[in-house]
Amino acid sequence: MFKDLLFIMLGSALVNNVVLSQFLGLCPFLGVSKKTDTAIGMGSAVIFVITIASAITSLVYTYILVRFNLEFLNTIAFILVIAALVQFVEMFLKKFSPPLYNSLGVYLPLITTNCAVLGVALTNVQKEYDFITSVANGFATSVGFTIAIIILAGIRERIDEKAVPESFRGTPITLATAGLMALAFFGFKGLL
Amino acid sequence: MLEGVIITSAVLGVLGCVIALILNFAGDKFYVSINEKTEKIIEVLPGNNCGGCGYAGCSALAEAISNGTAAPNACPVGGSELAKEIAKITGKKAVDTKRMVAFVHCGGDCVKSVRKGDYSGSSSCISAKAVQGNGGKACLSGCMGYGTCVDVCEFGALSIKNGISVVDKEKCRACGKCIKVCPNSLISFVPYDAAVTVKCSSQERGAVVKSQCSVGCLGCTLCTKQCPVNAIQMNGNVARIDYSLCTSCGACAEKCPSKCIIVNTVQ
Repeated sequence: MFKDLLFIMLGSALVNNVVLSQFLGLCPFLGVSKKTDTAIGMGSAVIFVITIASAITSLVYTYILVRFNLEFLNTIAFILVIAALVQFVEMFLKKFSPPLYNSLGVYLPLITTNCAVLGVALTNVQKEYDFITSVANGFATSVGFTIAIIILAGIRERIDEKAVPESFRGTPITLATAGLMALAFFGFKGLL
Repeated sequence: MLEGVIITSAVLGVLGCVIALILNFAGDKFYVSINEKTEKIIEVLPGNNCGGCGYAGCSALAEAISNGTAAPNACPVGGSELAKEIAKITGKKAVDTKRMVAFVHCGGDCVKSVRKGDYSGSSSCISAKAVQGNGGKACLSGCMGYGTCVDVCEFGALSIKNGISVVDKEKCRACGKCIKVCPNSLISFVPYDAAVTVKCSSQERGAVVKSQCSVGCLGCTLCTKQCPVNAIQMNGNVARIDYSLCTSCGACAEKCPSKCIIVNTVQ
């Protein structure tokens, strides 16, 4: 049981990295990776939200959707739950943990539209994970996202100081970098 | 068929209602009152979140001002006019602040300074500084002129003229970004109305400076003796003016043998 969980987590953090091999959550991956510290902020906000979201969506799926035979509604129900959850988390943090709110504040609303969150919830359902496995999978996936975004931010900080050809500056070189990172992460396939 | 539609919409509807109720309840329960003062201050602040005040952004500063941890004149961009406006909102007295502007302590442009080599890497001061040789300049503390400070300035106050960076003091808003970014630490704040400024930062000995640049500070200490109010001190081998004492008499500039102390009427 524990071994299975470890394999699932390793798999979703590195081998099936959410950004670099499933191509989910690309928007924040490219948008918030200009500086390492903002990337860390975004990454920790994503870890926070995805872990809670996979727990809640797992509950909603088993206790509401399956019960009423409405499994086909999962996408729309999950969007509803995730959007509300992000709102709730934002309010909660603002009240009870202002320092955490200040460091995550800008990134939290952005996560509502992060498809990685929905992606994890749907993967959990597709692979028929139970509650604990879902949470573990969600946590590992978001850690994978954080690893990827921090690495990209580090590379972009260095690229900024290099003589990049005019036509490659900005988004093109970032996409090329992300592509090369995806190739490198492909090497993790040998792990499992 | 119809039954399915009803159940689907009922379940989603109930789910939506429950979520709405929870959020509504949470909104009341977790309500954090935003100070009216803070909102007003946010409105008058410049709003470009430059971070020159040392806070995370304009709204963070507004909060600090309204709860008293920051002074009404804490925003360097708005200057004393903004300070007055904020003081009106907070009901505190505005302390009149001297307007400061950034100043590049180097006058060694492409005519006056000696070049020793060629640098052909990426055109950013930080990369040029990462390799040896200060971007080809003989003087190792001079302005390389690749304009990293120009790039970070949000107000268009800096420009490269004859190979060195120059601040347009009318446009400078004293946010301090250029000061942080200059790898040679050449930029610092001087008062807007500073009459004399030392345009050199070289810590080398006089003979070495002379071989590298015709307008370098030789460290001769002549100016310190000239100054009637002792406002000039030697910071190592380079003269620095204490503007709290300076009376703008200009005696130092007159005596400076290498003319690196500039009288700021033309600048």
